Amino acid sequence: MVDAGKWWTLPVAPALLLGFAVLAVAGKTALDDRGAGRSVTPVGVLRPLLAVPRALVAQPRRLPASDRLLWRLGVVTVPVAAVLSTLVIPFGNHVVADLSVGVVWFNAMEVLTWAGLWLAGWGPNAAFSLVGGYRFLAQGLAYELPLMFALISAATGAQSLRVTDIAGAQHGLWYAVWMPFAFAVHLTGVLAFSFLGPFAYPAGRDIADGVLGETSGVDRLLLRAGRWLWLAAGAAMAVPLFLGGGAGPGLPAWAWSLVKTVLVLGLLVWVLRRLPALRADRYVELAWVVLLPAAIVQVLVPALVDLGP
Amino acid sequence: MGVTNTVLLWVLGVLALTGGVLVFTLNSMARVAFSLLGCLVCVGGVVTVLGLPYLGVVIVLMMVMEMVIMAVFMIAYMMNPAGLMPMSMVHNTRGALVISGAVLAALVAGIFLVPWPGRTGARPKDSTFQLGMSLMADQMLTMVTLGFVLLATMVGATVLATRRGRYDRFGDELDRRPAEDPAGGGVGR
Repeated sequence: MVDAGKWWTLPVAPALLLGFAVLAVAGKTALDDRGAGRSVTPVGVLRPLLAVPRALVAQPRRLPASDRLLWRLGVVTVPVAAVLSTLVIPFGNHVVADLSVGVVWFNAMEVLTWAGLWLAGWGPNAAFSLVGGYRFLAQGLAYELPLMFALISAATGAQSLRVTDIAGAQHGLWYAVWMPFAFAVHLTGVLAFSFLGPFAYPAGRDIADGVLGETSGVDRLLLRAGRWLWLAAGAAMAVPLFLGGGAGPGLPAWAWSLVKTVLVLGLLVWVLRRLPALRADRYVELAWVVLLPAAIVQVLVPALVDLGP
Repeated sequence: MGVTNTVLLWVLGVLALTGGVLVFTLNSMARVAFSLLGCLVCVGGVVTVLGLPYLGVVIVLMMVMEMVIMAVFMIAYMMNPAGLMPMSMVHNTRGALVISGAVLAALVAGIFLVPWPGRTGARPKDSTFQLGMSLMADQMLTMVTLGFVLLATMVGATVLATRRGRYDRFGDELDRRPAEDPAGGGVGR
């Protein structure tokens, strides 16, 4: 059932995920700086990391009648689920736990953010936070099913739920090439479950940062880190699912994984700055009326190809 | 089954039972919903340890989605405003005790009375494929029928719950474009 990876993959995987998340934050800051006409410097783009020590020494905010247990649980769930999702994502030839149901594992961990964010909204006993939590659920109902079918497309193509099998099944022809719609839906889903950019609706400025609004100190740090960790995990998952994993000419497998992950991450960071915020009630109709039927048709393509020979 | 799996099974089982007990002892609807979720996640773990990883992980996946949505409705439909006051999950204490006791007794009796089949053949390395074959080969008709029944139920329930019909949206002659909706959708129907 599980082919356990080497012991050192266990600490390396979260560290690598954190590295990608920091890279994404730095990339967004660099684009922001360029857009604002400031000079882009290596020190400047790491400016957002100053929020880390600031959050660690910040005085925690106390609220009347908050449900601290559930609040804390929700806040912790988001980054922890992001880290757990990377267990099944191969990087080069290495994977922490090559589960036979890796795709379902990734999906289950991603769905844990639903619980985490709703709890993070419910816990503080504040209206805007709760609205933010509900907004994420509404958004979840919209993005989740197309995303599931995108994952199913890749799994159907490889006839396996094991992520390394899916990466290995793309001999030369990436799934992103002949399942472009599933790839696009996966990337949209990544932005949605990291509630960034056009999907920042649950933490929108119109409701005073929503789920993030009442958090302070380490709680706020964990939630905000969770967003970027999820973005990095989703980008890393897109590589074995749709871009052939570590396969490529010349370079070693880990280098190809690195290059592809950074490129996907760069694309996501660029897109999330370009698009306006989407309201869940508008996105849900698009998701169910357009994306979902199209995603089902997309699954039909690999299914028919599998039947063929 | 190895020692690790046996220990895991017992730990998960006890945690699931604890979650189940908490459902009926806690007094906040949110906490109740999430202890039920914790209980069901442990059940998913038990199924995984028993050698059905696909079913186990899917139980976790579906139960998280389902319980989060259910928590929203449970809180919305509580008898007290917004479900924010302390509440109890126990109603009709004596009757419930009799019913649940009888069901538990029947289920436990079933465990011991059913003649469980012995294992034939070797255990597969990956049980997901066998599971799919048994659901989609022999039981295909059952699955297809169930699928249609579920779909019809969902569509029917939605139609019954919706106050507005197509005449409200498109007018008496069904010729009003765009439709008159309280909230505009994303594709401008």
